[in-house]
Amino acid sequence: MTVTKLEIATEVAYVTGLTVRDTKRLVEAFFDTIRSTLASGEEVKLSGFGNFSIREKTSRPGRNPKTGEPSEIIARRVVTWRAGQTLRGKC
Amino acid sequence: MTKSELIKNISAQYPQLSVRDIEMATRHMLDYLSDALAEGERIEIRGFGSFSMHVRPAKQGRNPKTGESVMVPEKRVPHFKPGKELREQVDYPENTSGKA
Repeated sequence: MTVTKLEIATEVAYVTGLTVRDTKRLVEAFFDTIRSTLASGEEVKLSGFGNFSIREKTSRPGRNPKTGEPSEIIARRVVTWRAGQTLRGKC
Repeated sequence: MTKSELIKNISAQYPQLSVRDIEMATRHMLDYLSDALAEGERIEIRGFGSFSMHVRPAKQGRNPKTGESVMVPEKRVPHFKPGKELREQVDYPENTSGKA
């Protein structure tokens, strides 16, 4: 089964005693805040869970896999995530 | 941004909830996400991305020093794939102009 925002909100409401209405908003705010922080170019470090960081990728030569034609892969800015030590230890 | 800064930021958006409640909820959320991932469950957040467990099977390896054959055990690595919205918001605007 896949975990979605609804499962997270339900679980958090169950353990904290907060209403699902509130926890739904908090789950939403949690991911929205991480997203806008990353969009502003700042990394997000959640001790134990992991770090979201930004990587600048320079352009490099590539190929269209369908046609085999060479084409340039443009410079991009991407998000990477690395699990924290606590989480890696659990796996 | 650290965990405590994230909690402060969320509190500022929800002044109707106490900082203590938000802190508790955030910590439980991270624990829940970690446990679900460790159990091999997939986490999917629309617009943000998905977390899943990548399993690297056990394989025959060699000790590069001695040339001796050794069994490399299975490895489980948590993986994150950014969603479309996150990808577009983080990338240079000229790469996504007209698409976002």
